[in-house]
Amino acid sequence: MYAQEVKSTGKGVKALEEMSAEERAFQERIDAGEKIEPKDWMPDGYRKTLVRQISQHGHSEVVGQLPEGNWITRAPTLERKSILLAKVQDEAGHGLYLYSAAETLGVSRADLIDDLLAGRAKYSSIFNYPTLNWADMGAVGWLVDGAAIVNQVALQRTSYGPYSRAMVRICKEESFHARQGYDIMMKMAGGTAAQKQMAQDALDRLWWPALMMFGPPDADSVHSAQSMAWKIKVMTNDEGRQKFVDQTIPQIEYLGLEVPDQDAVLDAESGHYRFTDPDWREFFEVLKGNGPCNVDRLRARNMAHDEGAWFREGLMAHAKKQQIAAE
Amino acid sequence: MFEFLLRMGDNTLVLGHRVSEWCGHSPVLEEDIALANIALDMIGQTRLWLGLAGEVEGQGRDADALAFRRDVWDFRNLLIVERPNRDYGHTLMRQFLFDLWHHERLADLCLSSDDRVAGIAAKCVKEADYHLERSIDLVVRLGDGTAESHAKMQAALEALWPYVGEMFVDDGLDVEMAEQGIAPLPSSQRARFDAALDRALARATLIRPESDFAQKGGRSGTHTEDLGHMLATMQFLQRAYPDARW
Repeated sequence: MYAQEVKSTGKGVKALEEMSAEERAFQERIDAGEKIEPKDWMPDGYRKTLVRQISQHGHSEVVGQLPEGNWITRAPTLERKSILLAKVQDEAGHGLYLYSAAETLGVSRADLIDDLLAGRAKYSSIFNYPTLNWADMGAVGWLVDGAAIVNQVALQRTSYGPYSRAMVRICKEESFHARQGYDIMMKMAGGTAAQKQMAQDALDRLWWPALMMFGPPDADSVHSAQSMAWKIKVMTNDEGRQKFVDQTIPQIEYLGLEVPDQDAVLDAESGHYRFTDPDWREFFEVLKGNGPCNVDRLRARNMAHDEGAWFREGLMAHAKKQQIAAE
Repeated sequence: MFEFLLRMGDNTLVLGHRVSEWCGHSPVLEEDIALANIALDMIGQTRLWLGLAGEVEGQGRDADALAFRRDVWDFRNLLIVERPNRDYGHTLMRQFLFDLWHHERLADLCLSSDDRVAGIAAKCVKEADYHLERSIDLVVRLGDGTAESHAKMQAALEALWPYVGEMFVDDGLDVEMAEQGIAPLPSSQRARFDAALDRALARATLIRPESDFAQKGGRSGTHTEDLGHMLATMQFLQRAYPDARW
């Protein structure tokens, strides 16, 4: 998922008997698996938490254009360039769906973008890591989109209708992204010694940040309980991470690459891999703005926005002239 | 024939690359999506033209070999497409001028005596139709938008104007292609281009520059300084790792 550490109300989950009649009816609908729609009554906390989560997710798609955009002009064949362009275009489209889903909750896209540009809103920590060689385009598709899919598949069941429906559509495209990423990795891992080195390097660098995409360990995740009760979140951070590791390690082995975690081992009894936690201190530093690319990413988005102001204003002015002429 | 196909394919290769440089940096999310679409179309068209060029040449070079393993002097694109993006108005104006020419060119090539050329043109002209519609729409809206957007579009038009004339200059190869019925003379398009240009500029409240001076050379391999830098980026992996398959 592209949203980590979404702050919810911060309060504990209320028991049904502590709720007002409205809250109780709302919770019962959620418990019955019904979807909540924009015009339905909802608690303020539900609305706020959803706005934060959906907008973070949207911002991640938008900022996520940058690390892959970094290689579009250096893609090694015309076909790879086309595929990568199409993929990044999908991400921009996902940004649009998600902002639209957030707007159904009574916020405006312009305000959400202002929050992003001013550094008040978060986006996934993964996009604050650099893409340093061509195999990163494989690893991003395979690991980053792969991790995103684990969460997003679960989020198709989320309680808020517009978000859930956006996820259904996004998941279809994300599986194509993950497959194209793995296809690049296959070519690289099975290629020349230099290509194999690029593949291993990309995997080594992106493995840990990919594990961080699921958010902090459940034990430290103060905001999860209420979100789970509201089905804004439908899987815990640790569950998602475990699922991702279980599906990815056999893929690494198939590629003939080294698993970056030397202590990762399949536990025969549970059928799950045991693995080393990523460095959570690094994770929190990145969230605070100290990742390798935080400053560059925000600067790029701000430049695009500021330098494009005349364009947006020009279009608006023309539309107004047309409107006046029509009246 | 090979050279003629390079002229078509190099235009879309180079312009597609320039457009793709905007990825993630455009003024608004909808434009990121639109630009990616245009770049995708351009690269798709490149694969068709350069693929056929490789076939016609018969030396075992495919579209990738032609795109990634030729040096500047072997490129046959118009100079206008290699001009840098600069601001967004510049990028849109470059696209507009190119689309006006490109659309007419492809429409003519649909009638080519060579079925392969006519077939590719028929596929590409549908995309070019949409590109032109979008370009005219944006140039009109920004030309007739705010004072600032008007000034930017007028400045872009003036900066790019010296690169328009090259589109319509006939050389020996053009004469040969015309005689074989493969492609009409570039000069035969000028009147239609001018008429469409004037219509759009009038709606956009932009003034067509008076000078008819034309920078030339791209179609015979003498380029601006910009192309070498572009190729250094675009061809990096193929050049640095010549044995690799991607």
